[in-house]
Amino acid sequence: MENQQLQKIANNLRRNVIKMVANANSGHIGGALSAAEILTALYFKEMNISLDNIKDLERDKFVLSKGHASAGLFAILHEIGVLSEEDLMTFRKIDSKLQGHPNMNYVDGVDMSTGSLGQGLSAAVGMALSYKAKDLPYRVYSMVGDGESQEGQIWEAAMAAGHYKLDNLVMFLDWNGYQIDGDITQVMNPLPLDKKFEAFNWNVINIDGHDFDQIFDALKQARETKGRPTAIIAKTVKGKGVDFMENNYQWHGSPPNKEQFEEAMKQLEGK
Amino acid sequence: MAKVATREAYGKALAELIQKDDKIFVLDADLTKSTKTSDAQAVKPERHFNIGIAEGNMMGIAAGIASCGNTVFASSFAMFAAGRAFEQIRNSICYPKLNVKICGTHAGITVGEDGASHQSVEDIALMRAIPNMKVFQPCDAVETKQIIEAVSKIDGPVFVRLGRSGVETIYDENYTFEIGKGHVVSPGKDIAIIATGVLVQESLQAKELLKEAGLDVTVVNMASIKPIDEALIIELAKTHKGIVTAEEHNVYGGLGSAVAEVVVQNHPVPMSIIGLEDTFGESGKPAELLDKYGLSAKRVAEKVKAFAQKLD
Repeated sequence: MENQQLQKIANNLRRNVIKMVANANSGHIGGALSAAEILTALYFKEMNISLDNIKDLERDKFVLSKGHASAGLFAILHEIGVLSEEDLMTFRKIDSKLQGHPNMNYVDGVDMSTGSLGQGLSAAVGMALSYKAKDLPYRVYSMVGDGESQEGQIWEAAMAAGHYKLDNLVMFLDWNGYQIDGDITQVMNPLPLDKKFEAFNWNVINIDGHDFDQIFDALKQARETKGRPTAIIAKTVKGKGVDFMENNYQWHGSPPNKEQFEEAMKQLEGK
Repeated sequence: MAKVATREAYGKALAELIQKDDKIFVLDADLTKSTKTSDAQAVKPERHFNIGIAEGNMMGIAAGIASCGNTVFASSFAMFAAGRAFEQIRNSICYPKLNVKICGTHAGITVGEDGASHQSVEDIALMRAIPNMKVFQPCDAVETKQIIEAVSKIDGPVFVRLGRSGVETIYDENYTFEIGKGHVVSPGKDIAIIATGVLVQESLQAKELLKEAGLDVTVVNMASIKPIDEALIIELAKTHKGIVTAEEHNVYGGLGSAVAEVVVQNHPVPMSIIGLEDTFGESGKPAELLDKYGLSAKRVAEKVKAFAQKLD
């Protein structure tokens, strides 16, 4: 699939994220929009995942460690045919399978229940460890938030992945620069991120997380790297695609009003 | 008969299971020789992983391994499993109902010399409060083997509470542990003592002491703390003047609370809850600690006698 087509999918994901959060009048937009290209690259090219194998317990897996970007995960699962548009409109509502933070038992393709920050990467390490132990060829992908890296468990997981040489594990660090209380360097500076993962014996690649060529090049390097897990530090823009949401931490966890919703849809129209 | 710690029986049972079932993985957090997962490591090193001193990470890794269709046994001291990693157990294991068996050793004050920092007296309360979680505590080596075999056959999260110190074996090979069932170890008629863990042995000895005081007590082993044997508890409430519970745990939230929840909602009778009186333990020999904190056979007998006198 060409990058142009992938970009269309990523932008459709953005529109659906905003629709879901607006419809629920609740949810996290900024960190879902920053992840749109990475999610699209994983589900449409990198991972071997489709409706044919989605129920398999052992296959390529993705763990959204930053579980609050759930709207982005549900939107990409809609793009591959797991969820309908009607399903998306139940997000965060009573009796829905689309919980505020993802529940693996309710939605095929949600590979781990996440939401409590810092825990998903450990689960991804466990999956990769079990594939190694059983000599299975599958790969495990995870996405961690930059603010999330303030959780100590991220570094426990990083230590374990390096120690067990999990070259079947790839972690994207969505470096969008903001967390719920503001600029990550103001709240509790976790930088430099690349050097920290290097110190835990990871293969580290810095990229622009909105550039498909760079994403695929990094994923190729990860596949070629033996004996080390790969950390892809993806510089992204929080709220990417809607000018008034970009780089504004107010859009971490707030829904748009009617005018803002219409303006956002207008900006993403035809993209 | 030689005393055997339940953690030792756990290590042996797990070493047998891991050889029979290639879906079993074992995790530990730098305490393999203390928790006895070293036995499983010795026979199947390729499916035993030491996660280092990082219990929260161990629970997350356990969740990930289990999510791929495997059965995971994750061990540390009860303090650091149920305590340190509570929220990982809650959100990464119990919420998604993953197949992880958390086997916490060194529970209660019979840890001994290590002292209060290592003596978990809150773990039953913590683990029991989580939806989807089951909680079992064997009283001896025979029951431990049965419980480990039983939990390996069921899907979903379980917390197994194990002890450090050697305990007398009270069961023989004819005993069968059943999930959700208590066991009347010694029938009587006046007061029913419902105990768990080493307090079963202490209560059996207390029974002998109480005979001299003219009391004939029933002693029940409640190894299945959650789910608990409601039918048996109601039956005991109907056939005895009162119920005493006994455990190596704080009096809040443990077996006593679990039994009281059944009693007050079904057939209220007077109860007495024997456990740590909302206090931490300390260093000392296990037997000394049991006596000082009111959990030895002698002290249990005294408390039961006082309780019975109050009822008359």
